[in-house]
Amino acid sequence: MELTTQTFRVTRADLVRYAGASGDFNPIHWNDRFATKVGLPGVIAHGMFTMALVGRAVTAWAGSPDAVVDYNVRFTRPVVVPDDDKGTEIVVNAVVREVTEEGLTRLDVTATCQGEKVLSQARATVRTAG
Amino acid sequence: MSLDHSFVGRTYPPTAPYQVGREKIREFATAIGATDPAHHDPEAARALGHPDVVAPPTFPVAITMAASRQIIEDPALGVDYSRVVHGDQRFAYTRPVVAGDELVCVNIIEDITSRGGHEFLTTRTDVSTTGGEPVVAVWSKLVVRGEN
Repeated sequence: MELTTQTFRVTRADLVRYAGASGDFNPIHWNDRFATKVGLPGVIAHGMFTMALVGRAVTAWAGSPDAVVDYNVRFTRPVVVPDDDKGTEIVVNAVVREVTEEGLTRLDVTATCQGEKVLSQARATVRTAG
Repeated sequence: MSLDHSFVGRTYPPTAPYQVGREKIREFATAIGATDPAHHDPEAARALGHPDVVAPPTFPVAITMAASRQIIEDPALGVDYSRVVHGDQRFAYTRPVVAGDELVCVNIIEDITSRGGHEFLTTRTDVSTTGGEPVVAVWSKLVVRGEN
């Protein structure tokens, strides 16, 4: 079964807010000068911010904010966030891989940005109601 | 410079307790756009059976990233943090983190491998309450990029 696609917009302001809330102040997430100096195409989103947005998609699908039992991702490609008001978009899809007898649902999740996969082997196990 | 592979299996001493605040959970939830009332309103969280507001699933990283400095900054291990990129991340929950939790982290080095000039450091952080109740196990794979 395929779940409804969810789309998240990410701007520089979001990265600054996430840096403050998470305590991850690595300048690759807010400073173009620094990011390009270390060989990145520009300022990139925190991998953990992308993972958090995908987590929102997962809890929305599960129908409960506390449903996640297990959640893992591999960061394959950076999410480049341009210095404008539009930012970029992360598109999240998932399919149900398995529903267990214990009431757990295992999801295979994909997240893409500009048509490129930014996470691979993203999987979540959620407790499903009923 | 390569990592000292003899560190595989090493367990570090427990970190000082981290007090999970209601406002911190609200701030983190707001930063990721998580608007579900259970992240913000204690009453909504209680309706789900929790004592106080519930943290979003990736919230523990705010605690474990700070705790893992124990490993990253261990001079004997030799991680060059300027060359580190985040490879994998996993959370395995016993129960969600809620406001009021007092959490202790125990860092373990699970694996160190070298491949293609890069090094891969897998850490596990066991997060439990000061009372010893397990809450979440957190794995991170860090890639230390080779110099070229």
